Amino acid sequence: MDQAGTPGTSGFGDVVLEVDDLVTTFRTPDGVAPAVDGVSFEVRAGETLGVVGESGCGKSVTALSILGLVPSPPGCVERGTALLGDRDLLALPERTLADVRGNEIAMIFQEPMTSLNPVLTVGYQIAETVRRHDGGTRPGAMRRAVEMLDLVGIPEAQRRAREYPHQLSGGMRQRAMIAMALSCEPKVLIADEPTTALDVTIQAQVLDLIRELQGRLGTAVILITHDLGVIAETAHRVVVMYAGRKVEEADVTTLFDAPRHPYTRGLLASVPTLDALRDGAAGERRLAEIPGVVPKLTGLPDGCAFAPRCPLADGRCASTRPAFEEQRPGHSAACWHAHTAREAAREAGQ
Amino acid sequence: MTGAAPPAGVGPVLEVDGLRKYFVSPRRLLGPQAGVVHAVDGVSFTIEARETLGLVGESGCGKSTVGRTVLRLLKPTDGTIRLLGDDITRLESRALRPYRRRMQIIFQDPYSSLDPRMTAGDIAGELLGVHGVSSRAERHERVAELFSRVGLRRDQIGNYPHEFSGGQRQRLGIARALSLQPSLIVCDEPVSALDVSIQAQVINLLMDLQAEYGLSYLFIAHDLAVVEHISHRVAVMYLGRIVEFADKRELFANPLHPYTESLLDAVPVPDPRRVRRRRIVRGDVPSPIDRPSGCHFHTRCPYAVERCRHEDPALREVAPGHRVACHLR
Repeated sequence: MDQAGTPGTSGFGDVVLEVDDLVTTFRTPDGVAPAVDGVSFEVRAGETLGVVGESGCGKSVTALSILGLVPSPPGCVERGTALLGDRDLLALPERTLADVRGNEIAMIFQEPMTSLNPVLTVGYQIAETVRRHDGGTRPGAMRRAVEMLDLVGIPEAQRRAREYPHQLSGGMRQRAMIAMALSCEPKVLIADEPTTALDVTIQAQVLDLIRELQGRLGTAVILITHDLGVIAETAHRVVVMYAGRKVEEADVTTLFDAPRHPYTRGLLASVPTLDALRDGAAGERRLAEIPGVVPKLTGLPDGCAFAPRCPLADGRCASTRPAFEEQRPGHSAACWHAHTAREAAREAGQ
Repeated sequence: MTGAAPPAGVGPVLEVDGLRKYFVSPRRLLGPQAGVVHAVDGVSFTIEARETLGLVGESGCGKSTVGRTVLRLLKPTDGTIRLLGDDITRLESRALRPYRRRMQIIFQDPYSSLDPRMTAGDIAGELLGVHGVSSRAERHERVAELFSRVGLRRDQIGNYPHEFSGGQRQRLGIARALSLQPSLIVCDEPVSALDVSIQAQVINLLMDLQAEYGLSYLFIAHDLAVVEHISHRVAVMYLGRIVEFADKRELFANPLHPYTESLLDAVPVPDPRRVRRRRIVRGDVPSPIDRPSGCHFHTRCPYAVERCRHEDPALREVAPGHRVACHLR
């Protein structure tokens, strides 16, 4: 694969994680659901890759698959590789993978309360992570925990380290999670909806924090979210997923300026924005809708999964699945009508 | 027992004056003294016919409590609530009943607010039965009408809630709220749990229904872009009080309260080219039990001066229809 000089990826370090052709399925009463169906991407040091899509599109399962956290059964990682350096995470035995997790690749989740242990102090939990990976002394690990809490902007870190998760506010809990995730300075941080449960002012603080720490530590970040605003502000490159498949990928400016997949265009058009008013645009606007609902994964059509909701769909879309193809350097989409989509966008004056 | 519905008059649909709702938090075994949560602390506003008032603020600011108290699902501690000109603040259940028909609520979570053992048709028609509005046959006809109006198929009437998607469940909740032809609907975070593409469908539906039936909405949400889209006027709440109130155009173009400013700045904008100047507030919202003295926002305010620490700013009108509670603006 040519990795040199792709637009939008220059200025970042080497590729640290490369996922190729990942397939993860779940057994359900209605049949086997392909939750992730042939997803590939890479992320470089210092880069933030945004993964966006709606519920059930497979964005979280992708992350869990990489970390070996897919509950099995009913889940099963069927195929693919996830290269971290020269090791394939998907092929590592659980014991080895446990050493990698938290150490070289860490994850933060949407709801920190469910991922922190309620009966252990916050400081102890961070210190445990540190000790698990560097084998240092307990007091040393505790000092590191306080240092990390301080780094993520928790006031009175010394005191907070001795408190239990329920004594912290939601924003502080998420900061503590970030402190824990970054305590071993991982090469890759996977953040799954890290701010969805937070208020908007706290969300801004947490996103700023992730960005700042990334700049300082050179971490590669995979940011999973449904929020296009968060993507626009935080991601350098974006992968759009629909029904377990990658439907579009581009650098963030290109994706918002010239989306090629009708689903991406639909998503962008359906979000209300504050800008319209601030820029003095006309008052009454109707939001663009994407008709219908996300299909069930057990009953996907033969062709393009988005075809039943797509304004451009024709017979070919219904019968044959479009390949994920490069439309122009650094910009790929899986759509038979990617060119038409571009024309339509131009006509609509976007 | 059927009470005749009060007529829709010419005045405001809802007038709320000096509304307070306090909760006493129980004393815990080893915990601190019993505290009083000032969930809603002197809130006043009106909503006209065909108007949407957006109520925004972060978790714990009291916006949902306002909605529930207005509907008399909670007993107000103080203040008055007038619905269509009549004081309903202290009406007891029987006297309140005809007014209940006039006001409905749509909840955030369409998964937990619908009885899983009732069919969709029974859910949508339940209130018609409770209020003895119609015979069984009439009811069936009315439910079918409601279904097609909110975008559900008539053949789904016999289905159970779990057979619907999130967006469809929210449509069902809307059908139920509409069944008694209310004047006012309190929408409590009605689209927050929905996917982006579905959110747009429901917002459009709510706006269409307002135009068609002349509904008034009290639209409670934390998503400022959604509130901006659907509201005519917007009130911003912080720790139980309204800190700014204005026409939506005015509020979003010319925010005056430092809290409103930082809220607007914090909203991520789906435009990667936009360079933002951020005035992000520090820290968390203080506890509503132990609120800061003076202006409640002074602990997080970048502009706070000595006066803000001691003196509580009144909500005053600084431009026609634009009210703000800040010493500095």
